[in-house]
Amino acid sequence: MTSATGPAPLSRDRVERGVLRVLRPVVIAVLFAVTAFPFLYMLMLSVRDIQELILDPGSLWPQSFTLSTYADVLGRQGFLTFIRNSAIVAVTSVAVTMLISIPGAYAVARLRFFGRRQVHFLFLAVYLFPAIILAIPLFVLFTMLGLRGSLIGLILVYIAQTVPVTVYMLRNYFESVPPSVEEAASIDGCGRIETIWRVVLPLSKPALMATGLYSFMIAWNEFLFALLFLVEKRDSWTVSLGLSQLAGSIEIPTTVLMAGSVVLTLPIVLIFFASERLLTEGLTVGAEKG
Amino acid sequence: MTSSTDAGPGTPAGPAAPRPAAPAPAAPPRGGSLRRQEARAGLLLLSPTLIITLVVVVVPLLWAVMLAFQDARLINIRRTGLFGNYTLENFGYVIAQPGFWSSLVTTLIYTVAGTALSIVIGLVAALALRDRFRGRTLVRASILIPYVAPVVAAAFLWEVMLNPQYGIVNTWLGEPIAFLTQQEGTFLGVRVPVALLTVIAFEAWRYFPFAFLFIMARLQALPPDLEEAAVVDGATPTQRFRYVVLPQLLRVVALLSVLRFVFTFTKFDDVYLLTGGGAGTEVVSVRVFDFLTGRNDIGASAAQALVLAAVLVVFLAVYLKFFAGEKEDRA
Repeated sequence: MTSATGPAPLSRDRVERGVLRVLRPVVIAVLFAVTAFPFLYMLMLSVRDIQELILDPGSLWPQSFTLSTYADVLGRQGFLTFIRNSAIVAVTSVAVTMLISIPGAYAVARLRFFGRRQVHFLFLAVYLFPAIILAIPLFVLFTMLGLRGSLIGLILVYIAQTVPVTVYMLRNYFESVPPSVEEAASIDGCGRIETIWRVVLPLSKPALMATGLYSFMIAWNEFLFALLFLVEKRDSWTVSLGLSQLAGSIEIPTTVLMAGSVVLTLPIVLIFFASERLLTEGLTVGAEKG
Repeated sequence: MTSSTDAGPGTPAGPAAPRPAAPAPAAPPRGGSLRRQEARAGLLLLSPTLIITLVVVVVPLLWAVMLAFQDARLINIRRTGLFGNYTLENFGYVIAQPGFWSSLVTTLIYTVAGTALSIVIGLVAALALRDRFRGRTLVRASILIPYVAPVVAAAFLWEVMLNPQYGIVNTWLGEPIAFLTQQEGTFLGVRVPVALLTVIAFEAWRYFPFAFLFIMARLQALPPDLEEAAVVDGATPTQRFRYVVLPQLLRVVALLSVLRFVFTFTKFDDVYLLTGGGAGTEVVSVRVFDFLTGRNDIGASAAQALVLAAVLVVFLAVYLKFFAGEKEDRA
C-alpha cells in the first residue's frame, strides 16, 4: 500500500513536517509570551513610581527602581493584616481538611461498610455544585448567627468545599498502597489508627502534599465567600478581598496596588512550583524502591 | 443551626475521637463481628466528612430551594418559617425583571465560547509541548501560572493592562479601546460586543491550562506503537493527529467539556471582577449576587439561582443524551 501511493503522501508529509517545524516554535513562543508577559509586567509595574507609568505607559523597564510601593501597600493600606488573615484562614483550612479527609479517605479506600460506593456520588455533586447557589443560604445563615465578619464562618465553608475533593484524591492514592504492608503492620500489633499513622501516611507523602496544596490554594485564592461574609469589616479582609476592594479606589496609585497583586500572587505560585517538584520527586523515589 | 458553629472548633478533635475505637479490630473474636466492626469503624472514620458536607452544603442547598418559594428578605428573614407561605411570586418577579432573558443568553454565549476556546487552546498547547525541547519545563511552568494565580490578581492585572489611559495594550494600538467598559465596537466594519469578547478571552486565557493539564496527561499515557505504525504506513502528521491521536483524546475532551461548561455557566468571580456585569456582560450569577446584596431580596436571589441551575441541568441532560447516543452509533 505504501509503495502504490508512496510518492504523493510523502511529499505531503514533507510539506506538513516543514510547516509544523516552523509552526511549533511559534505556538510555543506565543503561549509563553501571553502567559509569562502579564506577570512579568505585574512585577515591573510594582517597583516603579506612579508618575513614571502615567508619563510613559508604554515603557517596560522601570527607570528608577523603588520598593516604596511595597512599604505603602503592606503598611498604610493594611496588607500585612490581610496577609495575616489569609494565612490564618488557609492554614486552619488545610489542617482541618487533612484531619477530616485522611480518616475519611482511608475508610472509603479500605473498609467495607454500607453506603461506601454511594459516597462517591456525594463527592462529585459537591465538586460540581455551583458556589453561587450555596452563597445565598450561607449568607442568610451567617447573618442570623452574627458570623459575618468572622473568619470562622469562612474557614468552615472552605473546609466543606474542599473535603469531598481531598477525600477523593487521597482515596485514589491509599488504594494504591499494597494491603499486604498494612497486614504486616497489624500482625506486628498495630491498631488501625497506628497503621494509618505509621504505615499509610509515610507512604502517601506526595498525595498528602497535593491535597494540602489544593486546599491551601482554594482558601488563599477564594473570592466570592470572602466578599459576602467579610466585606463590611476591613480588619478581617483576606488579601484577595483587600485587593479587589482597594482596586476600585482612585486615591491608591496603580503601582502600589500592583505591589499588592505581587504579594497576593507570589506565595501561591512559589508554593505551587516548589511542591510540584517535591511531588514528582516523591513519586520517582517511590518508583526506584519498587 | 448551632451545629455548624460547633463543627469548626470541634473538628480538630474529630479524627482523634476514633482512636479509642479503632484498636478493637486488632483482637477479633469472630469473623462476623469483625465485619461489623469494620463497618462501624468505616462509618466512624467517614463521619466528620459526612457531617461537614451535610451541614455546610446539603442542608443549605435545601434551604436555598425553600427560600426561592418564600417572600424572604433580609429584614423579615426571622419571620419566614419552615412551613407555610410558599409562593411562586419570586419566579414571576425574576422573569419579569428587565435583562432576565438577555442575561441568560449572555451566560450561554460566555460559557460556550469560554469552554470551547479554553479546550482548543489547551489541546494546541499540549500538542506543542508533547515532545521534549530545551526549556520545556520553563514554558510548562509559565503556562500554568494564569490558572494557579488568584483570580483577583489576574483580573486586576487585565484591568490595568487594558486600561484606556495607561494600559500597556492600548499603547500598542493606534486608537485606545475601552475593552472592559465598551459594550459594542466595530472591528473591520463588523459590530462586535467588545466587553463580552474581552471577558471570554480572559476565561480562555485563565482556564486553558486546566485543559492543557488533562490533555497532556492523556497524551503522555498514549501507547507509542499505534503512532509508530501510522508513520510506517506513511501517514502525515495531520493524518496521524486526525486518525490516531484525536480519537484517543475524545473521552478526555468530552469530560473537559462537561467540567468547564458546568464551572463556567455558574462562574461569578471573573465577570464580577472584570466588568461588574456591566457593558453587556451581565451573566446570571452576577444577577443572583445583585439581588442578594444590592436589594437584600433573598427570595428573588434564590429563585434566580434556581433558574440558573435548572437551565444548567437541562443543558447537561441534552448533552449527555446526545453524547450517549453518539457512542451507541459507533458501537
